[in-house]
Amino acid sequence: MAQGMSRKPYVRPMTSEWIFRHPRYVRYMVREFSCLFIGGWTLLLVWGLKQLAEGPAAWAAFLQWLTSPASIVFHVAALGFASYHSITWFNLTPKALPVQRGEEFLPDRAISGAHFVAWALVSVAILFLAGAF
Amino acid sequence: MTERAVELEVLRYNPETDREPRFQRYSVNCREEWVVLDALNHVKETVDPTLSYRWSCHMAVCGSCGMMINGEPKLACKSFLRDYAGVIRVEPLAHFPIERDLVTVIDDFMAKLARVKPYLIPKEPAPANGGEYRQTPAELKKFKQFTLCINCMLCYAACPEYGIIPKYIGPAAIALAHRYNQDSRDGGREARQEEIAATEGAWECSFVGACSEVCPEHVDPAGAIQQVKIRSTVDWYKEHLMPWRKE
Amino acid sequence: MAISNKPIVWGPFAAGGTLTAFVTPVLVLLTLAAALGHAPDLFAYDRLHAFAAHWLAKILIAGTVFLSLWSTAHRLRITCYDLGVRADTLVATIVYAGALAGTAASVIFLARI
Repeated sequence: MAQGMSRKPYVRPMTSEWIFRHPRYVRYMVREFSCLFIGGWTLLLVWGLKQLAEGPAAWAAFLQWLTSPASIVFHVAALGFASYHSITWFNLTPKALPVQRGEEFLPDRAISGAHFVAWALVSVAILFLAGAF
Repeated sequence: MTERAVELEVLRYNPETDREPRFQRYSVNCREEWVVLDALNHVKETVDPTLSYRWSCHMAVCGSCGMMINGEPKLACKSFLRDYAGVIRVEPLAHFPIERDLVTVIDDFMAKLARVKPYLIPKEPAPANGGEYRQTPAELKKFKQFTLCINCMLCYAACPEYGIIPKYIGPAAIALAHRYNQDSRDGGREARQEEIAATEGAWECSFVGACSEVCPEHVDPAGAIQQVKIRSTVDWYKEHLMPWRKE
Repeated sequence: MAISNKPIVWGPFAAGGTLTAFVTPVLVLLTLAAALGHAPDLFAYDRLHAFAAHWLAKILIAGTVFLSLWSTAHRLRITCYDLGVRADTLVATIVYAGALAGTAASVIFLARI
């Protein structure tokens, strides 16, 4: 055993490159970034409310802007990111809200499955209420 | 006896002579069925006796041999050489200071485990002749999963929030607290809230979920942490919106 | 160590995350349909104005705006920290204030409908 052995622990610096250390961290970042599109779309909604409040001409201008290429690109991306948020959220729900029936816990896919079904039903209901069919 | 030529790229660090860590390459002939730990032992026995690392059971129950293998937190005794191609990079577990070679400083982790009061705190003092606690299989199942932690710290190495915020109490400590909170024999949840419902407790978690992915015992600390968040949130709103309630 | 007041911001975040998970994709689909020029009668001024004029619709819309912007704000705050921005208090103030401002704006506009 060395006499007077000195400790000199080395602390490795933490940089933001952890994001690329494994695909799971990239997927996490994509999930987190979905908030920009969900938030962005919501701000679009707020702007739409403003135009709706200002009258038919303003509303027509809003609808006109919606048809622009920038808007279409944003919407396609937003649809993708919003759906990714939903999928990841519902897949994680069973971890946060486990349900014990008797001795056993319900399998994860039962809980997430129920959420996916509810998601589909809510979506159909909203489309129906909007008059899509 | 099938042999396998293995190249290990191991991070070395001698606190007495080195200013910073450096990689050292070892080439050894291993058996086909070996794990990385066997390769390290072979290096230590035949090539370089100065190589330092922790290990004990060699069967994934003691939690000693956690290290980064090709950038992923793994138990060296559970990492089969046949699953790796090319040079295998071996480094000490991420997010911990390096003591020497592959040995990390785990004082912070040990202190955090102790902070969550990881023992039964009875609801009422039990009389001396009160007999044993009774627990149904369902009550046991409620916390059993969280008892399986072997304190290997792979979850801390996987958790980016722990890497960014060293004060974060971390997945294993919270899962351990949750283990006792969910135990029907225990009445100490409020006492543990001081630690796990603090800012540096469950609230530093952003549900990356990496901890549960790397856990060799399938404890699911990520699940435990979200359950703590939800319960703590419900408690907080009840306490602040309905202060007349007595729990 | 004191028990944190994080639930104040986390509660609405969790509620918003859940709400947006259920309704945002289909709502984006609807405005995408408008963007592509499909079913223009669905988005006629009179129709939507009549809908948004109803008190229940206003509450639902304002609530949706608040929860959506709040959960966005919270996630943005965490992401900034993950990416190495250490000024958490400043970031938090900016994002939550932004969410509240957006909500206030929606309430004002809804009041005018």
